Amino acid sequence: MELFTNQVLAGIATGAIYACMALAVVMIYQAIDHLNFAQGEMAMFSTFISWQLMQWGVPYWGAFAITLALSFIGGIAIERILFKPLAKAPVLTNVAGFIALFAIINSSAGLIWDFTIKQYPTPFGSSPFLGSQLISTHQAGMIGVTVLLLLGLYFFFQYTRIGLAMRAAASVPESARLVGINTSWMIALGWGMATAIGAIAGMLIAPVVFLEPNMMGGVLIYGFAAAVLGGLTSPFGAVVGGFLVGIFENLAGTYIPGVGNELKLPIALALIISVLVVKPAGLFGRHIVKRV
Amino acid sequence: MSAVEDVVTEAPAVEAVPKRAMTLGTGTSVVVLLLLLVVPVFAKNFVIFQLTQLLYLGLAVLALNILTGGSGQFSLGQSAFYGIGAYITAVMMEQFNIPYFLCLPVAGVLCFGVGFLFGQPALRLSGVYLALATFALATAMPQLLKLNFLEPWTGGVQGLVVTKPDAPFGLKMSQDMWLYYFTLVVVLAIYIFSVNLLRSRSGRAFMAIRDNEIAASAMGVNVALYKTLAFGVSAGITGVAGGLSAIAVQFVAPDSFTITLAIQLFLGMVVGGVGWLPGSIVGAAFIIFVPNIAEGISKGLSGAVFGVLLFLVIYLVPHGARQVAILGQQFAGRFRKN
Repeated sequence: MELFTNQVLAGIATGAIYACMALAVVMIYQAIDHLNFAQGEMAMFSTFISWQLMQWGVPYWGAFAITLALSFIGGIAIERILFKPLAKAPVLTNVAGFIALFAIINSSAGLIWDFTIKQYPTPFGSSPFLGSQLISTHQAGMIGVTVLLLLGLYFFFQYTRIGLAMRAAASVPESARLVGINTSWMIALGWGMATAIGAIAGMLIAPVVFLEPNMMGGVLIYGFAAAVLGGLTSPFGAVVGGFLVGIFENLAGTYIPGVGNELKLPIALALIISVLVVKPAGLFGRHIVKRV
Repeated sequence: MSAVEDVVTEAPAVEAVPKRAMTLGTGTSVVVLLLLLVVPVFAKNFVIFQLTQLLYLGLAVLALNILTGGSGQFSLGQSAFYGIGAYITAVMMEQFNIPYFLCLPVAGVLCFGVGFLFGQPALRLSGVYLALATFALATAMPQLLKLNFLEPWTGGVQGLVVTKPDAPFGLKMSQDMWLYYFTLVVVLAIYIFSVNLLRSRSGRAFMAIRDNEIAASAMGVNVALYKTLAFGVSAGITGVAGGLSAIAVQFVAPDSFTITLAIQLFLGMVVGGVGWLPGSIVGAAFIIFVPNIAEGISKGLSGAVFGVLLFLVIYLVPHGARQVAILGQQFAGRFRKN
């Protein structure tokens, strides 16, 4: 039982990383209806920007704020310049666009900051949290930030006019346009917000996985899995999904014999798919009924 | 974010392609075929190898095209079927000394079985959820191939070396050239099979499902059967392509069949035009040659250059090579009138 609770705790700690990423994935999915394959790379690039700022002597929270602002603007710019012209192109062409963006960002980051692994500071410290060996204060802080972010988003979408407008633009674009919402800019805003959330995720993850251009590869896969598990339409589901994936992964590694680090990912994914077969729209997703 | 069920009228993810538009006209087909027959005679061995590569990757893209363009199901797991096909061929050739031309049909049939079975749970999923399921298959495959108890056959992490077959009947032909013509025959046979499949009753059922699943089932199409069948056929063809690749590359290893390969095949399909079978070869050319070109332009930034080139292609022709072909046809039509 001791082992079990410890593994669950450790799972929650890694799950916080996935939850952060999944939240960014769901944000952009809400705004544009696609999974953005370049999301992880965008987060990685933002994290590098903050690292560079700190190298230039900007204090942590200053760099944090500047990076958020830059990421927000950068996300909007990417949408305006690269993806707005593709709005009428087929869905699969858009997906190819994401892959292209992935290649561009990854390769540029490699050229600017090279591929060596870099240390990244944490504002929460890394001593054991409340005497537990499994969760450090950084991981606890990460869980705290994820929960705060989720609350913030909930209030934004539920109680502000612009949040309402964004929801309207995403769910019924035509009617939203008829009541005077600029749906095109709502999409850009969604990109900006998703990129900023991705930046937060990147900056929280970097102390754990270390900073390098390929740091997000694994995390993004888990983030997608978490988002899909929780239901792509629900930010709350994404966070729960993130924690569940973290716990799944740890328990599979502990209790199923012969599962090393190599087989953890396939087993976690297989479990997620079994869940999806029973609940095809994810745990908290809305069931969408199609009109013929 | 209410719990109320949403009702939406959603355009299908894959646009409808009329079935005539899925193939080439007779004239163009003959020209392309002649080119494919004649070019290797004047080329060096390395170029012939690249052309062989073009053919079997084109075949793998074609298989994805049948699945996505034909039946509207999306897959990121093609690399898994490709890997299974390659391994079956390699293991049969090296461990059991079975001639290569007998290995390919076995690879195809077994992969058909795997694909058909995988299609069963995938039936309940669509769109991104299906993408994630197939993606899971693709990430699991290299790990499964490395499993310990399979090692006596697969060679584990080391992989397997495959001997390249000689030209039969005492033909005076280099191994590469013989393999090219052998691949060409296999690919052509499968291409003709695929074109006919999509023109048949089954093909029409695929397309009906792609365009509107509910309407298709109302018309009496057995949706579950045809969806899994599309998965099976696609996996089978991909398996043959994988088998051909094992013979041509002379080597199989678990890490040649990662998700990267599946993404490349996907890009090939988009660049060639989703649902346009002849475009598959154009798509294959893109994924083989463009990374080389990008490397040539800038070594350090080759990824970025590749991305920019890909963006250029999807801006200019969002519907891929099919769009170019249609433009060409219209142009030719106008030319004839004058």
